[in-house]
Formats: sequence, structure tokens, C-alpha cells
Amino acid sequence: MITLLKKYKFFLFLVIVHFILILFYPVVGSKSIEISIKSLIEMFIIVPPIFLLLGLFDVWVPRETIIKLMGENSSLLGIFLALLLGSFSAGPLYAAFPVAAMLMNKGSKFSNILIFIGAWATTKIPMLLFEAGSMGWQFMLTRLIINIPGIIIMAYLVEMSISYKEKELIYQGGLSL
Amino acid sequence: MFITALYLSTAVLFLASFIKDKKKTRMALKKSWKALEKIMPQFLSIILIIGITLAILTPQDINNLIGGQSGWFGMLMAAIIGSVTLIPGFVAFPLTAALYKTGAGLMQISVFICTLMAVGVVTLPVEIKYFGLKISVIRNFLAFAFSFVVAILMKGVLT
Repeated sequence: MITLLKKYKFFLFLVIVHFILILFYPVVGSKSIEISIKSLIEMFIIVPPIFLLLGLFDVWVPRETIIKLMGENSSLLGIFLALLLGSFSAGPLYAAFPVAAMLMNKGSKFSNILIFIGAWATTKIPMLLFEAGSMGWQFMLTRLIINIPGIIIMAYLVEMSISYKEKELIYQGGLSL
Repeated sequence: MFITALYLSTAVLFLASFIKDKKKTRMALKKSWKALEKIMPQFLSIILIIGITLAILTPQDINNLIGGQSGWFGMLMAAIIGSVTLIPGFVAFPLTAALYKTGAGLMQISVFICTLMAVGVVTLPVEIKYFGLKISVIRNFLAFAFSFVVAILMKGVLT
């Protein structure tokens, strides 16, 4: 019980903030609750299947396969797969991190992990379709064409900015999915 | 549609897994639950932070800050708002389309969209949990800076 309280202490703090808002700023408070509930519903729709797939992925896909496809020596294929995997996704960015951790756990190269996160953030196909619908195809395609090389360059920049030891540490953390 | 595909493929894969190996499937379920349970506090916190930020920062405010002739200041504001808010695409794009129609600049809009997508101040706790502070800060900072590059290029290409 106490460990549970400890784990959720920040969440509970935010719940209290909501109560304070409702008491003193009822307009903002009720709107905040309304938006929170909407986001909560979105989360409960998106997150469970992603985690179920993660579990399946963990037991069925051998480490060797991912090392071969997205590991240190995967070169262009690894980059391509990372972009593809990120683009064929759904859900907000925070859902990408557990998936990324799983890929790391399975031996994917770090730059490919970062490319995957970049693609999840900026080139998700459902989002691109929506973007084209509201902003026009020209806008969406231009942004996409600029963003893809950007994602790759940034991934390598981030990877270069950390030492081998730091990377090892992150990979060890990633082992506990 | 994408959600349906996601659920359908999850169901099919689970069924296939269950037929092939019951024990392994049970293990997969256990792992899924453990992973979800571990990150749940952060996820729930994010949800509430999204609620608070979007309740305080209304679309009208965003319009006032980055609309019309807001210039470089508007771009910076657009980047900051895009970084600290987490708005799902189906809300964000109609908003940006409306902003664009009512006169917001292309560069402000581009910077807003890019930071909205790739920079996550609210999701930073989750990112740090998986990747550590250093990587998370560097990644978000680079994405922030790159959003301006995208905006400038977009302006060059589209006008």
C-alpha cells in the first residue's frame, strides 16, 4: 500500500491540484478535468494493445533477429526499418518510449532507436493523413521530406554526444522493460 | 481505422501465439502487465498535466500569441507553446489550419507543428525513465532547434 502511494505520489499531487482548481477556478478546473478525461480515454484505447504487442514481441522475437535487422551492423536496412516501424504506429509520443526500450533490450543500435522515436513523433502515417487533410498535401509532403533526413541526422548527433559507457548504462536500464 | 487495425492485429497475433504455445503466451501477458504497471504512474500524471496546460492555454490564447504579424517573437512563442503542450493530431491540425486561415505565418505554424510533435516537456519524465536525463535533454533540445530549420526551409519552399 505504501509503495503504491509512493509510486503514485506525483499523480496524487496532480489530483489535489485539480481539486484546488475546481474550488478556486471552477471554469479552468472543470475544463481541465474534461480534457484530462478525454486524454485518459485516448490513452486507454491506444496503450493496452501496444503493451500486449510488446509482451508478445518479447517472448517470440529472438534477440538475434533484431541484432541482425537493426543492430550495430544493420546499416541502411536498420535505418529503413526504424523509420518504417515508427511511421506505422499510433498514439502519442509517450507510448513510443516503452517500445523503444524493448528494441534496445533486443539489441537494436542506439541511433536506430532514436530514428524510431523521431519517426514515431513526426512521420506517423495516420497523423500525416490528418495533416494533409487540414494543412494540404503540399505542406505535409514538404515537412515530411525535410523531416526524414532531419530525424536521421539528429539521431546520429545524439548518439555521438554520449560516451560508450553512458550508452551501456542506458542499455542496462532498458533491460528491465 | 488505424486503431481497428491495431486491435485486430493484436487479437490475431495473440490467438496465433496461444495456439502455438500456451505457456509462452501466458508469459507474454505477464510481461505486458508488468511493463504497463511500471510506467502507469507517469502516464497518468502526463494525462493530468495535459488537462491543466490545455485548460489554461486555450486555442484563443494560442491564436493571440502566434497569429498575424507576430514575427520572430511569435515564432519563439509558437515553439515554446508547441514544446510544453501535448495536443493530439486530430485537435492540433484543425487548430493550425484555422490559425493559418486567419493569418498566422507559415513559419510560426511550422515551428508550432514540429515542436508539438517532437519536443515533449510534459513527457520528459517518461523519457528520462527510459533514457536518462542527458539523452532526453539533448534529444528535445535538438528537436527544438531543428523545428526552426524546418520552418525556414518550409517558408523557402512553399512561398
